[in-house]
Amino acid sequence: MYVYDQYDQHIIEDRVRQFRDQTRRYLAGELSEEEFRPLRLQNGLYVQRYAPMLRVAVPYGLLSSRQLRKLAQIARDYDKGYAHISTRQNVQFNWPELEDVPEILAELATAQMHAIQTSGNCIRNTTTDQFAGVAHDELVDPRPWCEIIRQWSTFHPEFAFLPRKFKIAVNGAVSDRAAIEVHDIGLEAVRNGTGELGFRVSVGGGLGRTPIVGSFINEFLPWQHLLTYLDAVLRVYNRYGRRDNKFKARIKILVKALTPEVFAERVNAEWAHLKDGPSTLTEAEVERISRCFVDPAYQALEDQDATLARLDAEHPGFARWRARNVVAHKKPGYAAVTLSLKPTGTAPGDITDKQLDALAELADRYSFGEVRNSHEQNIILADVEQARLFELWGELRELGFATPNVGLLTDIICCPGGDYCSLANAKSIPIAEAIQRRFDDLDYLFDIGELDLNISGCMNACGHHHVGHIGILGVDKKGAEFYQVSLGGSASRDASLGQILGPSFAQEEMAEVIEKIVTVYVEKRVEDERFIDTFRRIGIEPFKERVYAANH
Amino acid sequence: MQRIIKNGQVIDETWHLLDKDATLDGLSNSDDLIVPLALWREHAHALKVRDGGLGVWLDSDEEVEEIAEELGNFKVIALNFPSFTDGRHYSSARLLRERYGYQGEIRAIGDVLRDQLFFMQRCGFDAFAIRADRDPHDALQGLQDFSVCYQAAADQAPLFRRRQA
Ligand code: SF4
Repeated sequence: MYVYDQYDQHIIEDRVRQFRDQTRRYLAGELSEEEFRPLRLQNGLYVQRYAPMLRVAVPYGLLSSRQLRKLAQIARDYDKGYAHISTRQNVQFNWPELEDVPEILAELATAQMHAIQTSGNCIRNTTTDQFAGVAHDELVDPRPWCEIIRQWSTFHPEFAFLPRKFKIAVNGAVSDRAAIEVHDIGLEAVRNGTGELGFRVSVGGGLGRTPIVGSFINEFLPWQHLLTYLDAVLRVYNRYGRRDNKFKARIKILVKALTPEVFAERVNAEWAHLKDGPSTLTEAEVERISRCFVDPAYQALEDQDATLARLDAEHPGFARWRARNVVAHKKPGYAAVTLSLKPTGTAPGDITDKQLDALAELADRYSFGEVRNSHEQNIILADVEQARLFELWGELRELGFATPNVGLLTDIICCPGGDYCSLANAKSIPIAEAIQRRFDDLDYLFDIGELDLNISGCMNACGHHHVGHIGILGVDKKGAEFYQVSLGGSASRDASLGQILGPSFAQEEMAEVIEKIVTVYVEKRVEDERFIDTFRRIGIEPFKERVYAANH
Repeated sequence: MQRIIKNGQVIDETWHLLDKDATLDGLSNSDDLIVPLALWREHAHALKVRDGGLGVWLDSDEEVEEIAEELGNFKVIALNFPSFTDGRHYSSARLLRERYGYQGEIRAIGDVLRDQLFFMQRCGFDAFAIRADRDPHDALQGLQDFSVCYQAAADQAPLFRRRQA
């Protein structure tokens, strides 16, 4: 992973100093609440329902074991002993004291971590495929490009006060695990006919209040021009994005208002001036950064199919876990393992300080000292020897990380919701738990197969409900907490937004409603059809009929 | 008298900033004036023949393209921040410096506070009229917030062109 040199370290230490002083001035009354707000947000500090929440940046989801231990220590010393993996691959602490935040940032800086631009109307953490660098279907490793974008966007002086937040995602594989088409800018690394590297550029995708799939405005942007082109897009947005209404301020509204074609023309007109300027990337820089992402010291190993098949036969639990939580690796004899943070009864994405420490240990022993966070709120050990999978499974079971539900219905993406978030219309965690309890039969869960269920506590859509095969949105109905259900969303390459099923439901009804939806699918599916495919074939009507029929 | 930050120092203000709806009536011939864009649009000639210095100011929704051909007339271009969270003029300042080669003073006016100065300076601002209720000496420290920057702006090339192992 990327390792800081003296320049990178200087920058985050300067930030700690700056924020320490800003906090001091705020507490001394020299900065008003209104003036401090954007400053603390740009440092990931929210004031929530019960306590501040600090969001720590995990650039494109990569963490070293040293950083995990630092997070564990912070969870212990400054929080209630746990942390939360967010849907943008970051880590959140829900109970720090405002006064302690400068100290927490100083601690983080000792492990090359920070909270820069994890909130606020600026360029946020760039996200990517959690299997970057190890995926069998990868064409280009997106991580060096994510790091190049991270450095470019960190304290970009021109774009610190954009109309609204701005999110960039990069994909370099055949399947799009980074959901680039629902980002303000989505970059797909590609090679052209002559083998040169470049990017397809999508703009104006996004969830939230006005969900929309992005439009591709450039089919091949040669890599040298990545930063000048991003500067051009951001400048057009900074100057012309709406600032009069915060609900219409995202770039997607501008792109839609102008049309993608006209927006692209504006960008090109701006880019004509910037292209070939000082921000043009050099081979030396790309190489310097890429060196941080070369393969670790893999051994020459063979795939262990026979041995694993034998173990599967002897241990059905292992077979299940392997079927769901282990995926193929580009190197023979290796596998990538997803640790589920979704056991029933725990808020999705929550992890304790002890688990973080144990995870650091596992990373050191099994996976070259690194892990990745996924936007599905799980954690991945990306480089595990197949010959050690069985042993690892045993350890994961002890630690509560081996729930074999990755990609299944109970692997729920869920925002913190009304239990923590002051913007929420409704709680989301209890809904997740009720559904997990309803589907606690593993055989049935496996039979249902791949199903993304996403829950957001309000329109802000932090739980990405629009792109869940089943999406649940907390709504306010005359002061009571209700839930709206949508079906047919998808965040993968064939991205689509869910359609609303109908009138919303009370909390107690939710598990039942989901069960009915799933039953319709199980009855109607043909052969190995996934939920999303059945839905696309039969449409929303059969689901509607079943769910609302019982209400009469 | 108001004091402003100019080239990293607090100095006495010598320019008069005219309101957005100012007219030519009773304008002093010899004072240094920063006039609103509308006045310049209408009375460019009359303003040019005055003896005093001339500057213009743009509100946050007024574009630098409007004056790009006429920059030679202005000793000062002031860019107004109605609220410090309105970031449009960060782009304006960079355009003035980097695209249109403006070398006179670019001054931030309006809701101008210590914690934004570092970014403003990087975009090409060299003068700051700190909000009247704040101490410009305190604000000066904002110019020193960072010792290293990654990306290119009006002030320097990107770090990757300067980085030494
Ligand atoms: S979706 Fe709404 S309730 Fe959930 S975390 Fe985001 S803002 Fe809070």
